[in-house]
This record gives sequence, C-alpha cells and structure tokens, in this order.
Amino acid sequence: MTPLHSYLLLSALLFAVGLGGALTRRNAIIVLVGIELMLNAANLNFIAFWRYGQNPQALTGIVFVIFSIGVAAAEAAVGLALIISIYRHYKTANVDQIDSMKG
Amino acid sequence: MSATFVMLAVLTVVSAVAVMLLRNLVHCALALAVTFAGLAGIYLQLNAQFVGFAQLLVYVGAVAILIVFAILLTRGREPPLQSVFSGSAIVGFGIAIVVFAVLATMTLSSRALGMEKPGEANASVAQIGEQLMTRYILPLEVAGLLLTVALIGAVIIAMRDKEPE
Repeated sequence: MTPLHSYLLLSALLFAVGLGGALTRRNAIIVLVGIELMLNAANLNFIAFWRYGQNPQALTGIVFVIFSIGVAAAEAAVGLALIISIYRHYKTANVDQIDSMKG
Repeated sequence: MSATFVMLAVLTVVSAVAVMLLRNLVHCALALAVTFAGLAGIYLQLNAQFVGFAQLLVYVGAVAILIVFAILLTRGREPPLQSVFSGSAIVGFGIAIVVFAVLATMTLSSRALGMEKPGEANASVAQIGEQLMTRYILPLEVAGLLLTVALIGAVIIAMRDKEPE
C-alpha cells in the first residue's frame, strides 16, 4: 500500500514545477498553466487527506475539490480572455514586454 | 508503494516538467493534457471516482482545449526565436527548489510519514449529491453565480473593441 507521504511529496513536486514555470516562463499562457498546476497540486493534497483522514464519511475533501475545480475553470476562462485581450493590444503575449506601467 | 501509483506519479511529473521546458507551445498544451489525465488516474486510485472523472471532463476536456485555442489565437504556435525563459530565470528556479525543499522537509518530519490507509473510504455520487444539496447548498449556489459571472466576463473581455468611426 502507498503511504500518505508519497502523495504529499508528489503534490509538493507538482507545486514546485508549477511555481518554477510561473516564475520563469516568458509566455503569459504558460504562466497561467503553471498556476493551474499549482491549483491541481493543492487538489491532490485535499483528496489524499480525505482518503487517509479519520472521518472520510464527511466528504469534506471531495466537496472542496469539486468547488476548487469549478473556480479554477472560471479562473482559466477569464485569464485566457485577458491574455487574448492583451495580445490584441500589445501584439505580444510575452510578460516581459508588457511593461508600460513600469516606473 | 504500489506499482500503479509509481507509474501514474512518474507520468504526471515527467509531463509537468515537459510543460514547463518545451519550446513549442502546442506541445506544452498536449503535455498538460497528459499531466491532468495522470492526476485523474491518481484520484481514481485514491477511490475518489467522481472527482477523477470531473477532472477528466473539466481539465482534459475543457481547460486544455481552451489553452490550445488561446495559443492559436495569440500566434504562439511558431516556436519563439529567443529563449523561452525570462532573464531572471535563475532566481525563479531557485525559489521553486527552495519551496520544494521546505515542503518535502516538513512532510518527512510530520506525522504523515508512513501513515497507511485507515480502511475503506468511499464517496458515491449519491452521497456527494446529497451533501451538495443539503450541507453545501449555499456554496453550490455561489459557485453557480461565479461561473455565470466568469462566463459573461470572459466574453466581454475577449470581445473585439468597436472600430472608431
């Protein structure tokens, strides 16, 4: 059987990969993808703690993940719409060239 | 560790790293779909069937396709000429490695180390539906409102501005 800490380590690794991508990539779409990966890592933690918790009948982890998936879908839709709008204005989707508010 | 978990974990992590390293954005989106499918497999392996299939429908079916559309609309399908990483990428990688080190140390020094499954845990769709319709009815309504607002907001933001006359 798989112990709980292997799921937590997998989730930490996914979070770190997503964070690394969100901090280093140039393209705004991949930055958004990195944020999605971080959200998914958190969801994996919720499911793992639900499965290994003392009171799985309460379904708290499951319901939280369902709402989290819904909110993440809304976030992805609005975020990609913003990126398309920015692309139309600046003719680029690279975050380091969108700097007109830089002081 | 069971063999299914190891295979799914390796698939998920390798494709997640591929998403962050590949130059061609369309390849990134395809690797992302593999990552989401691997996570759905891990949810199924943890007995969370409904969440696993919701993950497949929402992420593999909708979010990945949405990202492909965004890549095509922003002409990201040609690989970029300059580096895909920003100038201060070293700092970003350093932060990511430090975050992983902290999380892994805390996990390995916590009570979660070596904890086994306490027994059978099952979440049938009927149970989830009952909970959503009784205890979580207000969050469900708020989530519905949020999705409606996000739908309208995304359409308005992405709508082409009128040509000045």
